[in-house]
Amino acid sequence: MSPPLKGWPKALWRVAGDPLPWSFAALVALTLGMPALRPLFAALFPELDRPVYQQDSFAALVMAHLSMVALSSAIAIAGGVLLGLWVCRPAGRAFRPLFESLLAMSQSFPPVAVLAVAAPIIGFGEAPALIALVLYGLLPIAQGTMAGLDSVPASTREVAQGLGLDTWQSLYKVELPLAAPVILSGIRTSVIINIGTATIASTVGAKTLGSPIIIGLSGFNTAYVIQGAVLVALLAITSDQLFGRLEERLGAWRTRDATDAGAARFVQVSGR
Amino acid sequence: MIEFSRVSKVFDGRKAVDELDLVIPQGELAVLIGTSGSGKSTTLKMINRLVEYDAGTLRFAGEDVRHFHPETLRRRMGYAIQSIGLFPHWTVEQNIATVPQLLHWPKPRIRDRVTELLELLHLEPGQYRGRFPHQLSGGQQQRVGVARALAADPDVLLMDEPFGALDPVTRAALQEELRRIHALSGKTIVLVTHDIDEALGLGQRIVLMEQGRIVQQGSPLELLTHPASDFVRDFVGRSDIGIKLLALDRVADRTRHDEAVGGEPIASSSTLREALSAFITRKVDRLPVVDEQGRPAGTLHFCDLLEAQA
Ligand SMILES: Nc1ncnc2c1ncn2[C@@H]1O[C@H](COP(=O)(O)OP(=O)(O)O)[C@@H](O)[C@H]1O
Ligand SMILES: [Mg+2]
Repeated sequence: MSPPLKGWPKALWRVAGDPLPWSFAALVALTLGMPALRPLFAALFPELDRPVYQQDSFAALVMAHLSMVALSSAIAIAGGVLLGLWVCRPAGRAFRPLFESLLAMSQSFPPVAVLAVAAPIIGFGEAPALIALVLYGLLPIAQGTMAGLDSVPASTREVAQGLGLDTWQSLYKVELPLAAPVILSGIRTSVIINIGTATIASTVGAKTLGSPIIIGLSGFNTAYVIQGAVLVALLAITSDQLFGRLEERLGAWRTRDATDAGAARFVQVSGR
Repeated sequence: MIEFSRVSKVFDGRKAVDELDLVIPQGELAVLIGTSGSGKSTTLKMINRLVEYDAGTLRFAGEDVRHFHPETLRRRMGYAIQSIGLFPHWTVEQNIATVPQLLHWPKPRIRDRVTELLELLHLEPGQYRGRFPHQLSGGQQQRVGVARALAADPDVLLMDEPFGALDPVTRAALQEELRRIHALSGKTIVLVTHDIDEALGLGQRIVLMEQGRIVQQGSPLELLTHPASDFVRDFVGRSDIGIKLLALDRVADRTRHDEAVGGEPIASSSTLREALSAFITRKVDRLPVVDEQGRPAGTLHFCDLLEAQA
């Protein structure tokens, strides 16, 4: 075997072994450089007149896709966390079973069906797409929030109260930080699903990375389908890696072993 | 300091605490003991309003606990439970600083207080203040739990089976620590336990509970020598009451200071129970006694164990 690496080769190896920079680089390169791959697609699909999707630039599609995901996920996160918190409070506890079955039901509708119902009522464009995405995004987040809060030991909650933390202090200083990793993994699942589901928003006229896929499918242009699908996949992979990074950070205290204790000595008492 | 008069608490139609009358004066270390489900924790939690009482009156410092804002009341009372009660995502320092931060103490004062408490509980501040609870042993976690309860210099310390999860050796060390802190600070302490030896060893007043009622309360000596009923007699240990009586007194109380013998010495701070064990295992009837600094302090005679108990 090779000797252990040191200095810059080691740093290089660490970067190279991490999938985040790779997937991000591939995403940027393909977004900007898709037209340059024209000879490749022309060779793969000689029967096509236009082997690269050109109605919109891929950069514009990625931005449109991302903003649709960002907006719908932001609403789903706010709504999901608040609902999850509410049904775990004494005030909302009675609604929890109802809420859970509603969520499960909403998940059993296929997204296309939601779009099909929403579009005639609200009209075509981004609004029905956003509604469908928010509805789908809500479930994993609300579930993650409930599971996260459930995972906080009753004794921890009791001692927080016993020491004189009020309800809010106990929530934001103790319960939420302890529940955070579980909540975050719910958000991660939701956002990743959302990135995939946003493609079908193109069926009701919203512009996303689904546009080349839908147009490609209806016009028998496999190259368009591949171009859209690869970018969606890279977007999902990159986002997932980013979430992984965030989760590591949030849970850093869990993995700290005794040898790190010296470094932590200088950590100041946290601000209020 | 804490006065229960005819206090009751009902859970689901059952009385968890039933017309309890109990007065805990300032500076006393009172131990609530009883079988599981006898209402000890409920009694303790009514003091800091984690549980609200249903009937009677419960006063703290002369005033009904209901007249206090719950958070204000709790910040004046330290609260410690079994070791899982530390906040796992906070360092030792942050855990201990919980109440001082709630009370908006300035940062340097909090830092000094943490240092002082870590030293009081024999945890080297430089080494431990930055650690997370999972980087500590069970005994160390419990020390931090006690330090956290003491942090804002509360009037009262409420402890619910604080040493329940510890091994016997660590438990004995922490009991000794608590005795020392109590002697040093003169705080009013209410401690819940189901371990009779812990109760006899720590308590100035022992309150034996069963089905939400007090069966007997009194000093350890009273409970051992004048059990009010067969239940009490069974609870304190019918067959080894004599041994438990010996555990209440120290070697220093029976030492003959003007005599010296050879052999392996016993510390004057040991209990007579430990001395009895030493007599039996070493097959002697006299033991040399040494004081805290290890200096010879006299001799303990086997026959002096029999000296009249109060
Ligand atoms: N929050 C609660 N809800 C319902 N019943 C309770 C609650 N807390 C305690 N009890 C009941 O009250 C009785 C006394 O409980 P507790 O004070 O915890 O006993 P101990 O601490 O002596 O073991 C038990 O029968 C217990 O089941
Ligand atoms: Mg209990």
